[in-house]
Amino acid sequence: MSDLFADILIQFLNGLAGASSLFLVAAGLSLIFGVTRIVNFAHGALFMLGLYLAWSLIDLFGRSTLLGFWGGVLAAALCVGAIGVVIEIVVLRRIYKAPELFQLLATFALVLIIKDAVLFFWGAEELLGPRAPGLRGAVEIFGRRFPEYDLLLIAAGPLVLGLLWLLLHRTRYGIFVRAATQDREMLAALGTDERRLFTSVFFLGAFLAGLGGALQIPREPAQLSLDLAVISDAFVVVVVGGMGSIGGAFLAALLIAQAKALCIALGDVSMFGTVVSFSKLTLVVEFAIMAAVLVLRPWGLLGKPLALARGAGASAAPLDPPGPLFWPASFVVLVLLALAPLGGDRYLLVLMGDIAVFALFAVSLHFLMGPGGLVSFGHAAYFGLGSYAAALVFLRLDLPAEAALLAAPLAGGAAALLFGWFCVRLSGVYLAMLTLAFAQIAWSVVFQWNDATGGSNGLIGLWPAGALKDRTLYFWATLVLCAGGIFFLWRTVHAPFGLALRAARDQPMRAEAVGIDTRRVQWVAFALSGAFAGLAGGLFAFAKGSISPDTLGVARSVDGLAMVLLGGVQTLTGPVLGAAVFTWLQDEIARNTEYWRAILGFAILALVLAFPHGLGGALKRLRGAA
Amino acid sequence: MTLLVAHGLRKAFGGVEAVVDVGFAVAPGEVVALIGPNGAGKSTCFNMLNGQLAPDGGTIRLGGENIAGRPPRAIARLGVGRTFQITATFASMRVRENVQAALQSFAGKSYGLWRSADTLYRDEALALLARVGMEDQAERPCGTLAYGDLKRVELAVALAGRPRLLLMDEPTAGMAPVERLALMALTASLARREQIGVLFTEHDMDTVFAHADRILVLDRGRLIAEGSPDAVRNDPTVRRVYLGAGTMYGEQA
Amino acid sequence: MDRRHVLKIGGAAAAALAAPRAMAQAREPIRIGELNSYKVFAAFLEPYKKGMDLAVDEVNAAGGALGRPIEIVVRDDNGQPGDAVRLAEELLTRERVSMLMGTFASHVGLAVSSFAKERKVPFLASEPLSDKIVWEQGNRYTFRLRASTYMQTAMLVPDAVRVAKRRWAIVYPNYEYGQSATAAFKKLMLARQPNIEFVAEQAPPLGRIEAGPVAAALQAARPEAIFSSLFGPDLSRFVREGTTRGLFRNVEVFNLLAGEPEYLDPLLDEAPVGWYVTGYPWQDIKTPEHDRFLAAYQTKFRDYPRLGSVVGYAAVIGAAEAIRKAGSLEPEKIVDAMKGLAHSTPFGRIVYRTLDHQSTMGAYVGRIGLRNGKGVMTDWRYADGADYLPPDAEVRSLRPPE
Repeated sequence: MSDLFADILIQFLNGLAGASSLFLVAAGLSLIFGVTRIVNFAHGALFMLGLYLAWSLIDLFGRSTLLGFWGGVLAAALCVGAIGVVIEIVVLRRIYKAPELFQLLATFALVLIIKDAVLFFWGAEELLGPRAPGLRGAVEIFGRRFPEYDLLLIAAGPLVLGLLWLLLHRTRYGIFVRAATQDREMLAALGTDERRLFTSVFFLGAFLAGLGGALQIPREPAQLSLDLAVISDAFVVVVVGGMGSIGGAFLAALLIAQAKALCIALGDVSMFGTVVSFSKLTLVVEFAIMAAVLVLRPWGLLGKPLALARGAGASAAPLDPPGPLFWPASFVVLVLLALAPLGGDRYLLVLMGDIAVFALFAVSLHFLMGPGGLVSFGHAAYFGLGSYAAALVFLRLDLPAEAALLAAPLAGGAAALLFGWFCVRLSGVYLAMLTLAFAQIAWSVVFQWNDATGGSNGLIGLWPAGALKDRTLYFWATLVLCAGGIFFLWRTVHAPFGLALRAARDQPMRAEAVGIDTRRVQWVAFALSGAFAGLAGGLFAFAKGSISPDTLGVARSVDGLAMVLLGGVQTLTGPVLGAAVFTWLQDEIARNTEYWRAILGFAILALVLAFPHGLGGALKRLRGAA
Repeated sequence: MTLLVAHGLRKAFGGVEAVVDVGFAVAPGEVVALIGPNGAGKSTCFNMLNGQLAPDGGTIRLGGENIAGRPPRAIARLGVGRTFQITATFASMRVRENVQAALQSFAGKSYGLWRSADTLYRDEALALLARVGMEDQAERPCGTLAYGDLKRVELAVALAGRPRLLLMDEPTAGMAPVERLALMALTASLARREQIGVLFTEHDMDTVFAHADRILVLDRGRLIAEGSPDAVRNDPTVRRVYLGAGTMYGEQA
Repeated sequence: MDRRHVLKIGGAAAAALAAPRAMAQAREPIRIGELNSYKVFAAFLEPYKKGMDLAVDEVNAAGGALGRPIEIVVRDDNGQPGDAVRLAEELLTRERVSMLMGTFASHVGLAVSSFAKERKVPFLASEPLSDKIVWEQGNRYTFRLRASTYMQTAMLVPDAVRVAKRRWAIVYPNYEYGQSATAAFKKLMLARQPNIEFVAEQAPPLGRIEAGPVAAALQAARPEAIFSSLFGPDLSRFVREGTTRGLFRNVEVFNLLAGEPEYLDPLLDEAPVGWYVTGYPWQDIKTPEHDRFLAAYQTKFRDYPRLGSVVGYAAVIGAAEAIRKAGSLEPEKIVDAMKGLAHSTPFGRIVYRTLDHQSTMGAYVGRIGLRNGKGVMTDWRYADGADYLPPDAEVRSLRPPE
C-alpha cells in the first residue's frame, strides 16, 4: 500500500514540475495578450530560441560551473526579451491598427523565419544541453528517486507567479499594465505612453518565454519542432485559465500537467473487458480539458468577459452586391482556367486543382470569419472529416468516387453542426480556441482509430475509376464543384441569410431585437461552412489518392487562416486570391530554395506591412483610386 | 383596451432589490415616459420588458399575452420595437440594408440562401426611411452617419416590425437640443397616427414634459408617482426625490 | 488555344511556370526524382542528402547509366502526403524523371507508393520503415531499401530471449512505427518465451513524451526488462529522466534504432551503457565496401557518415543499378529489373526480393558503450536482413495479388 502511495506521490510531483514548465511559457503569452490584444503565435518560437541560446551561452560561459549555467540561462532569457523588443518595434507596432487577426498572420510569419534562422545557426541535429551543476542527481522520496532539478522547477513556477503578482499589484508599472488589460480608456486617462508600455510588455513576455525555454535545458533537447508544440500547449493553458489572467494560467497549467501525469500513471487499464490505454490519451487530454472548460465556463477558469470584437468585420466597409460584370467576368475566368489542361502540362493541372480545392476551403473559412465574424482555428476538421468520409465510403462501401464525394459535405456539415452548437455560445479568441480543441479531438480520434481510419498511416488507394480516372476530367469536375461552392457561398453572403449573419456580427443585441435568432443563424453558418470545407476535403482525397490525419491537422487550419488573411477578410474575392498566392508561393519557393520557410515568412511579412488589408483589400483600393 | 400591462414586477441582483412590485399600463397611441434618478431601476425595468432580463416575479402582458421571461427576439416578433441607449445599428451595412435586414427577419426570410437580399423589400425599406426623413441617406454606410441620423435609422429599423409598442431607452441621449425635440416630435406623431404605444426613458426633462402623455416616476426600484405631466410636476414626493438630483422642469430660470 | 495566353489569364499562379524549358540534349542526364521531408526530419536527411551526392559522383564517374549521367532532382514534401503526391506529379511531368525514390515517414511513403501504382512508375522507398509498404499495401511498382520495423525488431529478439526476463515493460511512440514494433515484439517473444509477462505499456505522442511521468510509471510496474522503440528527442529525454531516476538499474533495455549515430550522438557521454540496440557502428566496421565508402565520404564532406548517409547512398546506387539492368528507361522494364536486383552497398551485398520487393539490407545489432565520452556500439554483429523475414508463405498471404 505504501508502494502505491509513493508511486502516486511521485507522479504528483512530476505533475507539479510539468505545471511549472507550462506556466512559465503561458505567463508571457497571457501578459502580451492582455495588454496588446495580440495573439502572439511566435511565442513558442521564442521559447525555442531561449532553449537554443541557453545551450550556446552555457557552452560559452562554462558548462560545469554554477555561474556558467545560471548566467547562460539568464543571458538567454534577456536575449530573447531583446528580440521581442525588436519584433515589437519593427513589425507589430506598424500593424496595431490593422484588423485584429492580421497580427496573428504577422506572428505566424515570424515563426517561419525564426525556425529557419535557428536551423541556419544551430543545424538540424538535436542538441542535448548540460545538466544543472549541483542539481545533477536525484533525491530519495519514499524509496523513489526524484530529480533534484525538478524540485527547483516546482519552486520556480510559484516564484515567478509571485514576482509577477508583485510587479502587477505593487508597482506603478503594474497599474498601467492592469489598466491596459482591463480598461483601455482608463489607460488613456492615466496619460501613459502606450508605445513604451507595449514595447516593455513585449520585452517581459518574450523574456518569460525565453526563460521558460532556457530553464528546460536540462530536461529537453533543443530541437526544431519545439516551437509549434509549445505554442499549442501555451495557448491551451492561457485559454483554459482565462486570457490575460496570470493566476488563471497557473491554475490551468496545474490542471493540465496533473491530468497528463495521471493518464500516464494509469497506463493500460482493463475496463469492461477491454484494455483502455490512458497513456495514449496524453495526445489529446489538454484539448479535451479545454473543450470541457470552455463549454462550462466561456471565459476560462479565472477570465473575465472581454469587450473583444468577434471578428475583424465590425467596422468593415459595406459588402455591396457585385456589379453587373462580375458574374460574367468570373465565368470567363472559369472557362479560361478550364482550358488550361489543353496546354498539355499535367502538373499545371495538379497545381490548379490544388488551388481550386484550397480556394473553396479558404472561402468556406472566410464565410465564417468575414460575414460571420466567427474565427475558426480548427477549420481543417471539416476538411479532413469530409475527406475521410469520402474515402471510407469509397473503400469500405465500394461505391464509385462520384457517389463517395457526396459523403464529404455531409460529414463536414454534420461535424460543423455538432461542434458549432457549442462554439456559437462563445465569442472571440475563446470561440476560436474551442474550434481548435474540437479539431484536435477529431484529429486524435482519426489518428488513434487504426481499424477504421488506418491510424497514423491514413488511407491509400483512393483513385477514382470510371470517368474521373482521367485527370483532366477530374480537374474539370474539381473546378466546377469548387467554383460552384464558391458561387453558392458568395450568393449566400448577399442573400437575406448573409444579411442576417452580418447583422448578428455587427450588433448581436440589435439583431435579436429585430427578431433574428443570432445563435441559430451562426450555427447554420457553421454547418454551411463545414459542408463546403468537407466538399473541398473530398475532392482533395481523390486528387491525391491518399489521406492521412494531417488532412485535419493544425497545420492545415493555419494554412487556411493564412490564405484568408493574406487575401483579406474584408473582400469576398480575397480568400480566392490568398489561396492562389499562398499555394503557388509555397510550391514555387519550396522548389527553388532550401530556406523556403523563411522566404515565405518574409514574403508574408512584407505583404502584411505593405497591405494591412490583405491583397483583396489592396486591389479594391487600387480600383477605388483609379 | 390597453396594449401593455405590467403587474408586480420584481428583480433583485445578488440580494439588492432593483425593482420592487412595479406595475403600469400603456395604451395604443399613448406616449409614456419612465423617469427617475440614476439607479432608480429604469434600465432594469426596461430590460425586463424587452426580454433582456427575466423578472423574478410579476407579469408583463402584451395584448393579453404574458411575455415575461421570453427572449428579446420572441418579444420583438410579437410587435415590440426597440431603440438602444447607445445606438446600435449594423455598422458594416448601408442605411437601407439595416432596414431591409429587419424587414426580412420579420417576414421570416432570414434563412434564404439564394435570392439576392439587395432587392428584397427594398421599396418598403425606402418607404420606412422616408417616414423618418432619411430617404436621402439610404445608400450611405451606417458607419459614416452623424449621431442624430443614426438615431433616426434606429427608429426606422424599430418600425420595420410594424410594432404595436415601441420601447425607447434614452432615445435622445447625446443629441443636440434641436435634434432632440425633432426626433421626439416625429416619434410622437408616428405613435398617434399609427396607434403605436411608446414607452421611453429619458434624462432630459424638457423632452419628457414636452412629449409625454403620461409619466411614470421610479425611485429605488419602486413606482412613486404616475400621472399627467402636470400632476407629476406638482407631486411632492417627486419633488423631494429630485431635489438632490437636479431641478424639475418649470422651476428653472 | 495559345498556352501562353491561357497562363496569362490563369493568373499569377501560373505565370512563373511559363519559362521555356531547355531543349533535350543528346547527353541529357537521366533524372531520378527524390522526395523527402528534409526540413521535418533534418537530422536524418541532411546526411542522407550527402550520401546521395556521393553516390551520384561515383555513378557518373563510372560512366553513369545507359551512357548518360544520372541526376537527382530533389523536392521537400514538408512531411505532408498531399504535398508529396503533388510534387511527385511535378517530378514526373515537369522534370521528366524516370523513377521516384525517397520518403521518410510511413504515411508519406504509403501515399507515394499508392501514387506510383496509379501512375505506373517505379518507386524506391528508401527510408520508411512501415511493414505495410511491402506487405499489406505492397504493389508492383514499389520497392523498399531499409530493414523494416518487423525486421529490426526480429533482430533484437534473440538477445531479448537470451536475457531470460519475465516482466517486460514497453514504451513506444504512438504512431504506426511504434505500434508495429510493439506488436511484432510481443508476437515474436510470446512464440519463443510463453511465460513472458507485459507489465506496463506507455505510448507517448511522437516528439512530445512527458519523460518524467513515463519513467515513473514504468518504474512503478517493476519491470525486469524494457522494450522501447523511442528515437530522437523522445529518446534523449527518456534516457536522461530514466537514468536520473534509476529506472534502468538492474533492468535490461532493448531499444530499436538507438545505435544509429543520428540518435546516439546527441546523448554524448550520457549514452546508456549496456542497452541492446540496432544501429550503425561506423567507426568500427572493417569491410572493404565500408572502408571505401567511409574514406570517400570523409574526403568529400570532412564529416563522418550517419545511417542516413548510407541509406541515401545505397538508394541512389540501387536506382542506377536498376536502370543499368533494365537497359531502358521504360517504367515496366525498370520495375522488372528491380525484382531480384542485387548490388553492393557499404553494408555488403543486398538483394531486392522478387517475393515482396523488400531489400535484404540489414542492420547492426549490439550494445551501447562509451568511448572517449561518446556513445558507441560494442559487441556488435551485422544482422543480414534476409535472415529476419517471415517465411515466404506468410509473406505471400500478406501481400495483395498483383
